[in-house]
Amino acid sequence: MMIAGRHQSRMWGVLAGCLLLAAGCATPRGTGDLGLVIERAAGRVQVVNTSQPRSLATISGLGDLSHASLVYSRDARYAYVFGRDGGLTKMDLLCRRIDKRVLQAGNAIGGAISQDGRLIAVSNYTPGGIKVFDTATLEPVAEIPAAYGKGQRSKVVGLVDAPGNRFVFSLYDAGEIWIADLSDSKRPVVQKFTNIGKQPYDGTVTPDGRYYIAGLFGEDGLALLDLWQPEQGVRRVLQGYGRGEQPLPVYKMPHMDYWAMAGDRAYVPAVGRHEVLVIDQRLWKETARVAVAGQPIFVVARPDGRQVWVNFAPPHNDTVQVIDTLSGKIVKTLTPGKGVLHMEFTPRGERVWLSVRDEDRVKVYDTESFTEIAAISAEKPSGIFFTPRAHRIGQ
Amino acid sequence: MMSNMLIRFGRIVWLIVSLLPVVVLADIPVARQQALRYLLAQDCGSCHGLTLQGGLGPALTREALTGKSPDMLRAVILHGRPGTPMAPWQPFMSEAEAAWLVQQLLDGKAP
Repeated sequence: MMIAGRHQSRMWGVLAGCLLLAAGCATPRGTGDLGLVIERAAGRVQVVNTSQPRSLATISGLGDLSHASLVYSRDARYAYVFGRDGGLTKMDLLCRRIDKRVLQAGNAIGGAISQDGRLIAVSNYTPGGIKVFDTATLEPVAEIPAAYGKGQRSKVVGLVDAPGNRFVFSLYDAGEIWIADLSDSKRPVVQKFTNIGKQPYDGTVTPDGRYYIAGLFGEDGLALLDLWQPEQGVRRVLQGYGRGEQPLPVYKMPHMDYWAMAGDRAYVPAVGRHEVLVIDQRLWKETARVAVAGQPIFVVARPDGRQVWVNFAPPHNDTVQVIDTLSGKIVKTLTPGKGVLHMEFTPRGERVWLSVRDEDRVKVYDTESFTEIAAISAEKPSGIFFTPRAHRIGQ
Repeated sequence: MMSNMLIRFGRIVWLIVSLLPVVVLADIPVARQQALRYLLAQDCGSCHGLTLQGGLGPALTREALTGKSPDMLRAVILHGRPGTPMAPWQPFMSEAEAAWLVQQLLDGKAP
């Protein structure tokens, strides 16, 4: 009787656990204040709540998450995580589990979701090109090899979505920008722009989806493509911003995660210079440059555009600087700890989350007082992604 | 006679030793070895992948590096590769430490 009783209570416990799990999944809840933090070395992600702020769950089994990034489904319930090993994982933020996972290539770098939310595109290094999948099933839909020259395949970088169910991306080895129109997903139409500049290392699109900008590593300048008038071709802007000076060594590639804009000015990392370049976006000319602590990696604007936050390549990766966009001056230098890898603002920007790799923490700062208000344990955290990205062009 | 031979032998040994690259003789303290492994995984890993399977930069696995000269690899780490994003890592490590890293890579022990 005793044994049966113990058995029974254990059974009830399991049952209650199941119900609880199901309830967590079934209870009506929005996802607008949720997000994911990548624990890149462990191949895990944490589901986080930005209102609390706290971690809700840890989910493992996502493979090699070096350089992992993700995009959200338009209902902001699912995240599509792009792993370095070519893994494409569909995560369910409400049920806090992996929904589906495929290994789609040998070596991948990032991805994008289409305007209509039905297609997910992944940019691959090996084999170079993009692959397109159905967002519901992760079944393959189309493949576009990044072939150039005498049949070589280029690494693909800077893949973003653009209006018209288009994907835009850059070919690192070939120095090209391609637009793939997937209005008819089974028959993609590809438009190629060649000689756009040496070694495009990343690309982004303006929040209105009009301009695609590729950062160039092999030369001083940016490649600009007007997606409203692609027939006008790619033009080079901010050419020769290095003024012929010997570039400084770059110990980590800068990123162009999201076009950092304040009014009609945009802020981009210079390559090989410890500067943030300020661009007048009506004229596409440099209007100023801000001297910063090191080689900028991410240059991100607070959602209201009043502040621009900058993190840096080694050996300055313990520092974060804040530019006040009204005065154009650095108003704060923070040292959150070694290995600040990423920064993400809460939806309306009152707080920013910083992943501090070497401290195994994500630190949350108030963006007005610059005080640390919370910290969340995470093993070697890298990317932080909140769900408002679901509704932004290019994210 | 005997002592003469010894001296000559000693001189030859000294000559050989002094000609050997310093790197072979240097001893890297354990704490520093750990720091270098960490740098390899985290910072080299930015471009070459945390598991060194490659990314924007080529793979650094034992298979990928087979047949490559250790001296050349050490030089690439220290001085970078012009025309590519490979930066000179000289400010972060000594020659001996770069040589030690190369050996770790060639032995497939890292990270």
